[in-house]
Amino acid sequence: MKYNGKYGCPDHDPRFKIANREAIIGVILVIINFAWWYGFAYGMGSKPVEEYTFIFGMPAWFFYSCVVGFLLMVVLVTVVVKFYFKDVSFDEEEEGEDR
Amino acid sequence: MNTPVITALFGFLILIFAIGFWSSKNVNRKGSGFLQEYFLGSRELGGFILAMTMIATYGSASSFVGGPGVAYTQGLGWVLLAMAQVATGYFVLMVLGKKFAIMARKYKAITLVDFLKHRYNSKWVVLFSAFSIIIFLFSAMAAQWVGGARLIESLTGLTYTSALFIFAVAVLLYVIIGGFRAVVVTDTVQGVVMFVGTLIILIGTIIAGGGITNIMSDLMAENPNLVTPFGHDGSLTPAYVSSFWILVGVGVVALPQVTVRAMSYRNSQAMHRALIVGTIVVGFIMLGMHLIGVFARPILPGVDVPDQVMPMIAMEVLPAWLAGIVLAAPLAAIMSTVDSLLLIVSSAVVKDVYLNYVKPDASNERVRKISFGVTAVLGVLVFGLALSPPDLLIWLNLFAFGGLEAAFIWPVIMGLYWKRANKYGALSSMVVGATSYLLIHQFWTDPFGMHSVVLPVLLSFICFVIGSLVTQHKNVRELAL
Repeated sequence: MKYNGKYGCPDHDPRFKIANREAIIGVILVIINFAWWYGFAYGMGSKPVEEYTFIFGMPAWFFYSCVVGFLLMVVLVTVVVKFYFKDVSFDEEEEGEDR
Repeated sequence: MNTPVITALFGFLILIFAIGFWSSKNVNRKGSGFLQEYFLGSRELGGFILAMTMIATYGSASSFVGGPGVAYTQGLGWVLLAMAQVATGYFVLMVLGKKFAIMARKYKAITLVDFLKHRYNSKWVVLFSAFSIIIFLFSAMAAQWVGGARLIESLTGLTYTSALFIFAVAVLLYVIIGGFRAVVVTDTVQGVVMFVGTLIILIGTIIAGGGITNIMSDLMAENPNLVTPFGHDGSLTPAYVSSFWILVGVGVVALPQVTVRAMSYRNSQAMHRALIVGTIVVGFIMLGMHLIGVFARPILPGVDVPDQVMPMIAMEVLPAWLAGIVLAAPLAAIMSTVDSLLLIVSSAVVKDVYLNYVKPDASNERVRKISFGVTAVLGVLVFGLALSPPDLLIWLNLFAFGGLEAAFIWPVIMGLYWKRANKYGALSSMVVGATSYLLIHQFWTDPFGMHSVVLPVLLSFICFVIGSLVTQHKNVRELAL
């Protein structure tokens, strides 16, 4: 079934392969992000406060979960975008820009 | 009255107006593409602007006024919760990403509802989604206006009503004049102000508190729970905090004000750039703003109205003239959210309802007049609602987020990635999602210790899949026609 130009889901566009792959990368990144965030926050933060260690003045759980976790995601996103994301054209070849 | 603060704020407002006027040239220039331009800026957004407008739209009164206020009360646990939003920086653009942009162009879609209309070909899907956008975003807008007015009130000493009036007139003028392009360009300026403002207040607060180590020991002396992930009274459970990943992290993918930006980028390089810039800026602003709220506690103990923590700490730790410039940041955040919401709601009325079902053959001139008129009328209505404001700003705002997410998340995602998704699935998922959210939000506030958005999102998923599969044979016949 071919896309009829008005309604329904357009199929068989080669660009969708790239798009699908990048969407999956997005989901994987969120899972890594969540695991890191949750693991450090509740792994280290569940101890009694007297046993906390501190890094740059912040509790270690917070430093690793929120600060390092954020920096890690910036690095991962940058790497993924630079090396795995492909440029595609968004416009239809036959109709050009729709301004 | 605090003259330097007010002078800086007014300077900022004038700058925003200048941008609105400049953008209005574009609206008038492109006669035939009025709708594309007014509601979508002709799909010409570059990477940096795209990142900034998403952040400015998303980072709203709740992150700049409400959020730091709750962090002040709850401690580091609330900062942890807020960091779920780092995911929005990349997730939305990666998941909607290229596929949404390509399909939106094929469909010539201008709004999220346009996309749904062409994907599902159903009048009821269109009407129900336009209706949910109007209802839910209205309450979001009201919350934002309250935040904006409160902020102006606490800075200038004007009464709440006059503060609200100034705010309303400012926002309405530049949205009506400039449309989407004015909104995204001012969003960019506002995004930069937000970023720099966060940095300056954070540094000022750390210095005023005598360093992070010092602030932490003050907090522990007051209540050790403030430095744990569990909140000041231990009420922030892991399940509750994690459930915010759905509300403010991945679920954001379904917010109409966010999706519309994912159809407006110029090309894939712009999207790639926005991914990186967006992640950095959103993460930094969320971390910084909420930390400021926590750090403010030892410096300004005993603040009764949490919404006032931000303005108070800025005026406390910074020289007055700098505080004025920096306080433009939360004002910027609120204005840039409100302007987008206003545009989305008016596009739902004009494009999705009026042009689809009332008068499909309206002339360009008429559409232009109606667009301006509807935007203005909506603004006046919200003004009325905001006159007697509800107390808990942040919850009103999250209420709207949850409702829209429950309604739209599966129609959008499945519409993109599941070929068998059809209108029966979409409609049942939207109806079940939105109504179950309203009911659960009202009568069962934290089911199984999670935020009330979680169950509706699951329910609407189940309904979507069942609804689509059961009606497969109908779908095939229709597509063959």
